[in-house]
Amino acid sequence: METMTRRMLTGNKALAEAIAQEMERDPNVFVMGEDVGKYGGIFGATEGLYKKFGPQRVLDTPISETAFIGAAIGAAAEGIRPIVELMFVDFFGVCMDQIYNHMAKIHYMSGGHVKLPIVLMTAVGGGYCDAAQHSQTLYATFAHLPGMKVVAPSTPYDLKGMMISAIRDDNPVVFMFHKSLQGLGWMDQIDASIGNVPEESYTVPLGKAKVVREGSDVTIVGIQMMTHHALAAAEKLAEQGIQAEVIDLRSLVPLDKETILQSVKKTNRLVVVDEDYLSYGMTAEVAAVVAEQALYDLEAPIRRLAVPDVPIPYSRPLEQFVIPGPQAIYDAVVDLLNQ
Amino acid sequence: MAVPLEKLKWIYEIMVKIRYYEETMVQVYAEGKQPVFNIGAGTVPGEMHLAAGQEPAAVGICAHLRREDTVTAPHRPHHHAIAKGVDLNRMTAEIFGKETGLGKGKGGHMHLFDPNVKFSCGGIIAAGMPHAAGAALAAKMKGKDWVAVAFIGEGAANAGAFHETLNLAALWKLPLIVVIEDNSYGISVPKSASTAVETNDKRGSAYGIPGYYVKDNDPIEMYRVSGEAVERARRGEGPTIIEIETYRYLGHFQGDPEVYRDQNEVPNLKEKDPIVRLKTHLLRENAATEKEIEEMEARARMEVDRAYEFARKSAYPKPEAALEDLFATSGIDG
Repeated sequence: METMTRRMLTGNKALAEAIAQEMERDPNVFVMGEDVGKYGGIFGATEGLYKKFGPQRVLDTPISETAFIGAAIGAAAEGIRPIVELMFVDFFGVCMDQIYNHMAKIHYMSGGHVKLPIVLMTAVGGGYCDAAQHSQTLYATFAHLPGMKVVAPSTPYDLKGMMISAIRDDNPVVFMFHKSLQGLGWMDQIDASIGNVPEESYTVPLGKAKVVREGSDVTIVGIQMMTHHALAAAEKLAEQGIQAEVIDLRSLVPLDKETILQSVKKTNRLVVVDEDYLSYGMTAEVAAVVAEQALYDLEAPIRRLAVPDVPIPYSRPLEQFVIPGPQAIYDAVVDLLNQ
Repeated sequence: MAVPLEKLKWIYEIMVKIRYYEETMVQVYAEGKQPVFNIGAGTVPGEMHLAAGQEPAAVGICAHLRREDTVTAPHRPHHHAIAKGVDLNRMTAEIFGKETGLGKGKGGHMHLFDPNVKFSCGGIIAAGMPHAAGAALAAKMKGKDWVAVAFIGEGAANAGAFHETLNLAALWKLPLIVVIEDNSYGISVPKSASTAVETNDKRGSAYGIPGYYVKDNDPIEMYRVSGEAVERARRGEGPTIIEIETYRYLGHFQGDPEVYRDQNEVPNLKEKDPIVRLKTHLLRENAATEKEIEEMEARARMEVDRAYEFARKSAYPKPEAALEDLFATSGIDG
């Protein structure tokens, strides 16, 4: 009976609802970006907002990311709270100066006197054959540069709660949503893209990881789609009597080291899975944290799974080969436990 | 537009203050850098870009601005900051790297932020333009008649941010005024070698924005042209570009060997110095007496001397303070 009373929403509707509730609560919140108006955002994150709030608060921009992301910085310095969409994270190259030299640094360089409460919302992820300029996750690129919070929620519930937290945060937050988790009609409709989302406003903290499956034999740390693949792998592992604990990182900055370390101290084995590139990435960061602070709790070497340092290829078998999936995670865990 | 007497005097006094500030900085910057020039050593470390000669660009428009109006400046920001009324003590302390500085010593001379008078600057060419556009957008959203002024150099007019911002500002009719300081050089490269456009005010026509060119580093003409632009912006009629012919007496940075210009260029330019010209004008028109001018100059110098004194006496930040101010803690987090 409980499931009957739950309200199910797709990821994109959860996001749009979060933004709408915050726009109602705070007249300083507005949305700006390419096709965020009548179109509702290419990935539906601003669906219905234009109709509700009009062109004064939901601003379609020209294709000029430097200008409008820079304008978000200028407006935020004046006490306005912009939510600005960078359509694909892959497009950061045309406006990265504004993001990392200005948005990320002004609070620090001003000695804390200038606050920039900006949400930079962007779509990430591959798996739908859109090739190397439209399929990246680039989590680590943003997480590497100090001064921005960087989050990547995995469920509609967290998308809504973390978006509300991001809007209320006085810092720039890079909010990455995964295309496959938006529940769009024109993409592969996976179960994970729909979930329970309470109607009322609520927050989910930034910087807190979540244990999404408890287990005793191995810890699998994932983020966004990789969390869902890890859960699928864990189901299969359970059939073999292997209990995997799965952690959904949710935030890259701040990084919740404590949740990772506690889990590793319990399971003594670690697999880290990322949809971003392998080298110098999130898997390296998590592995380093565990190596520095819990090395003697490990009974086996740390295992990392990520895109093997090639651009995301177009052809389906090529793409499926480079992006880790449930089978690859399953194999890695089995291999690790056999060591 | 006739210039009110008190504005004329203000312009003179601020120009004197800026010039004296920069001349003092030349001396202070040299402290501790010899015998072999060491950029990171001495009283004021790091790069130093001074604006002696470029005062008219800043004072001509800032004479029209209020505290609520926003100014963004580039890497050569002292004249704009002083004209906008940035706290001179804390600005100087910031340049010295002291804890009493505007950014507690984390920004330095290229990164001065004084939200009390809505001033900011930065070290990336043309990057302040979209920030000013955003401030202008915020003013519009709040229903205020505030304006935003973005100062850039003529070299910045070739950067993407310049064009994107002009298009956006024209499209949204933002109260933005872009002031281009044409000091002839982008570091060493003359304007003639960086653009085929003779003057950048003409580029406004590409975006439906009016443009004006102020010749001969003239603060009074700059005041007049700026006044029209500011009024236009306050009336909600959108952005304006103003380019001013101005002169940089010093190198791009202190220590610049200046191999790219004729040895006689600066001495020739100084013969028609805008401060000297304005002083002559004030006296000739009986707008001010010798005594009044002396008082203005003394007041400006005293304020500058006090600022340097404040900076010298201030303490350096504790090294561990480098770990502070990354994130604001006042956010509602979860």
